[in-house]
Amino acid sequence: MPEITDIETTEVLDCTGLLCPLPVYKAAVVLSRLSAGDVLELVCTDPGSLEDVPALARQRGDSLLATDSAGDVQRFWLAKGEER
Amino acid sequence: MTAPNTKRLALVASKGTLDGAYPPLILASTAVSLGWEAGIFFTFYGLDVLHQDRFRKLKVASLANPSGPVQLPNILGAVPGATAAATKVMRKWMKDARMPEIPEFIDMTRDLGVKFFACSTTMGVMGVSESDLIEGCDIAGAAAFLDYAATADVQLFV
Repeated sequence: MPEITDIETTEVLDCTGLLCPLPVYKAAVVLSRLSAGDVLELVCTDPGSLEDVPALARQRGDSLLATDSAGDVQRFWLAKGEER
Repeated sequence: MTAPNTKRLALVASKGTLDGAYPPLILASTAVSLGWEAGIFFTFYGLDVLHQDRFRKLKVASLANPSGPVQLPNILGAVPGATAAATKVMRKWMKDARMPEIPEFIDMTRDLGVKFFACSTTMGVMGVSESDLIEGCDIAGAAAFLDYAATADVQLFV
């Protein structure tokens, strides 16, 4: 995984306070409008996100570049994959 | 046009309670967010979730619902007002958790492209007409749903 400080974030999406399915839904909406290679930084507090966001990346074909957990807040950096 | 390798989720939604309406909508909206197709067959009481008057008034049962939001002995679950109280508590929980209300969730799910099958037998049995339902439903019987579900990767009855 690259150092977080080396990642160029295209857009940040704050999903703090939201529960499943909203973080995944909102992330998918943003990812759909980004271009391949763009990076979404997703900020979550739903503990389910630790499993849900990697699953989102796997299913959509995006890359989870890095994760960072501090207290109840998790950050995920997702690089959009090529259009299928 | 979806890619030939697109995964598909097929759900049967059979519950017409407020708490029973959420799981199929959560699963279907998530599936589409993952890049899948999703369709829901709303049957029997589940059809109330597509009913444009009733979907605003879905309730949580206070009787015979030991996990309900208001913990009452069954005898008290039957008293007038108990169902309304349980429903009020659940609605507050949902609002505090910033979850969409059912009509909003239906709109969101439909806008994502989830296919809504309205069970035609239920409509006939319960006297529901097409104009009672929200727009954009496919009125269909079991064969049409099974035809859709036959090529689904995940099929669930919720």
